[in-house]
This record gives sequence, C-alpha cells and structure tokens, in this order.
Amino acid sequence: MCIDCGCSTDPGHDHRHAHAHDHEHEEKTSRTIRIEEDLLAKNNRLAANNRARFAAAQLLVLNLVSSPGSGKTSILERTLTDLKDKLDFAVLEGDQQTSNDADRIAATGMPVKQINTGTGCHLDAHMVGHGVENFKLQGIDILMIENVGNLVCPASFDLGEDHKVVVLSVTEGEDKPLKYPQMFQAADLLLINKIDLLPYLRFDLEQCKSFARQVNPLVEIIELSCHSGEGMTAWYDWLTQGVDRKRR
Amino acid sequence: MHELSLTQSIVELAIEYARREQAAAIRSITVEIGALSGVLADAVEFAFDVCSKGTMAEGASLEIVHISGRGRCLECHEESELETLTYTCPLCGSLALETVQGQEMKFTEMEVD
Repeated sequence: MCIDCGCSTDPGHDHRHAHAHDHEHEEKTSRTIRIEEDLLAKNNRLAANNRARFAAAQLLVLNLVSSPGSGKTSILERTLTDLKDKLDFAVLEGDQQTSNDADRIAATGMPVKQINTGTGCHLDAHMVGHGVENFKLQGIDILMIENVGNLVCPASFDLGEDHKVVVLSVTEGEDKPLKYPQMFQAADLLLINKIDLLPYLRFDLEQCKSFARQVNPLVEIIELSCHSGEGMTAWYDWLTQGVDRKRR
Repeated sequence: MHELSLTQSIVELAIEYARREQAAAIRSITVEIGALSGVLADAVEFAFDVCSKGTMAEGASLEIVHISGRGRCLECHEESELETLTYTCPLCGSLALETVQGQEMKFTEMEVD
C-alpha cells in the first residue's frame, strides 16, 4: 500500500452498495457544488512529496525534456561517463516503450530504472515516486529524470525536480521556443545540442537564443555537443554548482 | 495528449466530490481552461466520454469555459490580450510581460442530484 498515493486501491472502483433501508427516497432536486480545484492538484501534491524526499537526501534532481532525438540519452551517457569519478548519479528513463535507453545508461555502470508509460505521453509525479523506490537516495548526488521525448505534455507535470532542463538540437530549427513556449518557459536551463553540426546547417544560433529569451528572459543557455565534447565543461560546471548548493 | 490524464483527473475529482456530498448522480461538470494553459479543450471533450464510461460521471455533460489570455507589461503598465505565451509586450516591445490570466485549468463546479 502506497502511503502517498494509495495506489494499491483501485481508484476507479464504483462503491455502489445495497441500501439497508426500504423507505422511499424523497424526490431529489439537483444542486450545484462549487469546487475550485486545480486539475493538476493531485499531481502537484505527489510532486511536493517527492520534492520533500529529495530534499531530505540533499539530492539535485533534474527533469530532462525535449523533442524525440535531440540527444538527451547521449548527453546523459557522456555526462555519466565523464563525471563518474566525481559524482554519483541515478537515472530514471521515461519512454513509451522499450528499455533501449536504460540499457545504454546501464552500460555506464550507474543505477537506472526504465519507466514505460505505454500510451502515456509524459512522466507524472506518481510514476517518479515509485520509480525512485529502486534507488538508495542517500548515496546519490544527482537524479536525472529523462522524460518522454515530447515538447508539449511534460511541461505541465511537476515531478518534484529542482530544474527542468530543456534540450534543443540544432537540427530541429531555431523557432522551437516560439512554437512550444510552455516548455521553454518552464525550463531553467536550455542546452543547445549538436553544435558540431552547425557548419552544415542553416541554423541561426543567436536567433534561437533570442527566441528562447522571448518566452523565458531568465533561462540559462549552454551550447554544446555531446559528440565532439565542445561546451560540455560548462554543463558539468553547472551540475557541480547545483550539487554544491544542495549540500550547503 | 496529456489531456487524457487531465480528463482522468476531472472524472476522479467529480466522483470524489459527489461521494463526499452523497450525491446520487452527476448531471454536469464545469471546468475552466485558459488559452495559455497548453490544454486543448477539444481533446478534453473527446477524452471525457472515454474516461467517464462505467463511472458515476458517465452521461454527465461537460462544460468547458474558455478563459482568454491577458498580460500586463511591467514597463509600459498596459494590459493586452494574449493568444500565445510570451514575455514580449505587444504594445511597447519590452521583455517584461507578466501573464495575469489564461493559464487556468480548473475544476470549478458541478451539478448533482
């Protein structure tokens, strides 16, 4: 039985029961109930529980979001390999199907748990709460949550992370921040990936950064290539500073 | 299609409140969805029939109230209508627009028997 969400009970069951009395019911009239509850209230409550658990373990938690194929898993593979002597990671991998990404992360030697969402287009706080049951949180510096590749839906769902990190690769076009403003507004850091390909593309890097700032003036931006390694040091510094802040 | 999980929340909330109020049936459900919330009202409507099927909310009518987007500029202090999420003031061009309305996705009321 899960204390946070009570999910061992079937949330959809219908509790119809026989009446223990045989009198006639009075004629019912309809009435209006005022509610004023956010549709994300349940997710937000579970996310707050996650956040409290992560804070108790002084864990830096990042929610990596992007369109499919931007290089989230490749960035993680390289990051985990390069930093494995300095920091301990755990990774939650969200995909609709397959354990391909988890297998790639497992090859780095770091603990990983695959969450398959089936038809679901995003991770939610409930899945993450159960996903981390596989990890010993106290021994981890950074929990990386790789969300389902989708620039729309994951923007609305708080998982209890410290920061959303949005990855945009230069093969996708510089106007993505304007097309998917919710996601770029929700992120604290934008990683512009695959910059080694810039000489072969008509991608206007400055225009892209300007578009990102139009929807999120405070977003931090790091340009990198997890293939060539360019810019990765700035990303590693950002991670290390985040971990230091957690330990203070 | 995160509308599917949001609609699931609508149905769960409706049933929870109906039980708390010891209602016999749910007639209608009203939700507010803002233009800047990233939620497609049509998709919620479509998902509602599927999500409510076999529950106490089956057959209830779903009313979706559209809330338009509004921003207020911290530079020129003017308010403007917004169709998309942005920080750029459409009137003076400053990167200083605060969203004041339109991000709602809220269960507001229901009618029960």
